[in-house]
Amino acid sequence: MDTKIAILLVIAAAIIIAPLVLYNGLTEEEGFFTGSDGQGPEYLEEQGYEPWIEPIWSPPSGEIEVLFFSLQAAIGSLIIGYFIGYYKGLARRREDEIDEEVSQAKGK
Amino acid sequence: MHIYEGFLPWQWCVFWYALAIPVVVYGIIRIKKVTDEHPESKPILAVSGAFMFVLSSLKLPSVTGSCSHPTGNGLGAVLFGPAVVSALCVIVLLFQALLLGHGGLTTLGANTFSMGIIGPLAAWLIYKGWQKVEGSQEAGGFILVGIFFAAFFADLLTYVTTAIQLSLAFPIPTFESAMLKFMGIYAVTQLPLAIAEGILTVVIFDYIMKLRPDVLDKLGVLELVKKVGKIEEPKETV
Repeated sequence: MDTKIAILLVIAAAIIIAPLVLYNGLTEEEGFFTGSDGQGPEYLEEQGYEPWIEPIWSPPSGEIEVLFFSLQAAIGSLIIGYFIGYYKGLARRREDEIDEEVSQAKGK
Repeated sequence: MHIYEGFLPWQWCVFWYALAIPVVVYGIIRIKKVTDEHPESKPILAVSGAFMFVLSSLKLPSVTGSCSHPTGNGLGAVLFGPAVVSALCVIVLLFQALLLGHGGLTTLGANTFSMGIIGPLAAWLIYKGWQKVEGSQEAGGFILVGIFFAAFFADLLTYVTTAIQLSLAFPIPTFESAMLKFMGIYAVTQLPLAIAEGILTVVIFDYIMKLRPDVLDKLGVLELVKKVGKIEEPKETV
């Protein structure tokens, strides 16, 4: 992996880790780390709005929700990893073929 | 950016559906066309969709003390254009609406409009503009700066759009004050995450660019042919 990529990944990790360090010890109970997707509806409910329709199905517990989120991430990662690996293999084989051609040409 | 089931009055649901459907249909046509013309781009199309799948499943902490998820919609937009991402986005949003109770079927149109249309459109316009900048196609990572900003704004504008959609539907007490409230919830939290998303998009784009510059060239993402002539293609046997 080249240095540029490594540095970029470290910066991305730092951006994500910083809030965890910054608000260390604070939890959901103090209102930290709740989802912005949930805060919108929460605010609307405080204003007296009631949703006019319920989801046809929603995960019965946090555990089940985590299951499906993980599944989503796993499916995505699998596809990305598979094709990047496939492309790497193609590139490697092409290099080998070129090497072989060069050595054959030298042999003649 | 997911507006939950039932959290948009039905008139607005219809409105956003009406705007989103034509774009999604056009996106499906575009996917058909691009995979017919360049079958070798299929893996990259799959990776673009998968990238959205992964990134939108990760709820990350932000310096505002809230959590939010990136969108992953910039990569596909740069590679295939915004309409293709609209179609891919529907798959992601359906998965989340049906299995996670995250988002919803009635709000699918509105959510597709923010994550699948406005975000990708911004990315695409920024990248197309960047391509015209002198020297942006040179090696040395200059092109990656364009990718970063494309992905950054795709992510951020997705959330800004959600804030606008909610403010339009719930102008309590006025549109401006609602906008201030919703921008605080969605867009401000999103700022650091959009930077992270920009970086991750650069990393994966860099991989694709190094491994298959020939495909990116055919898709018009890189303009290599003009510079170096024909690029050799690796032989493929699946």
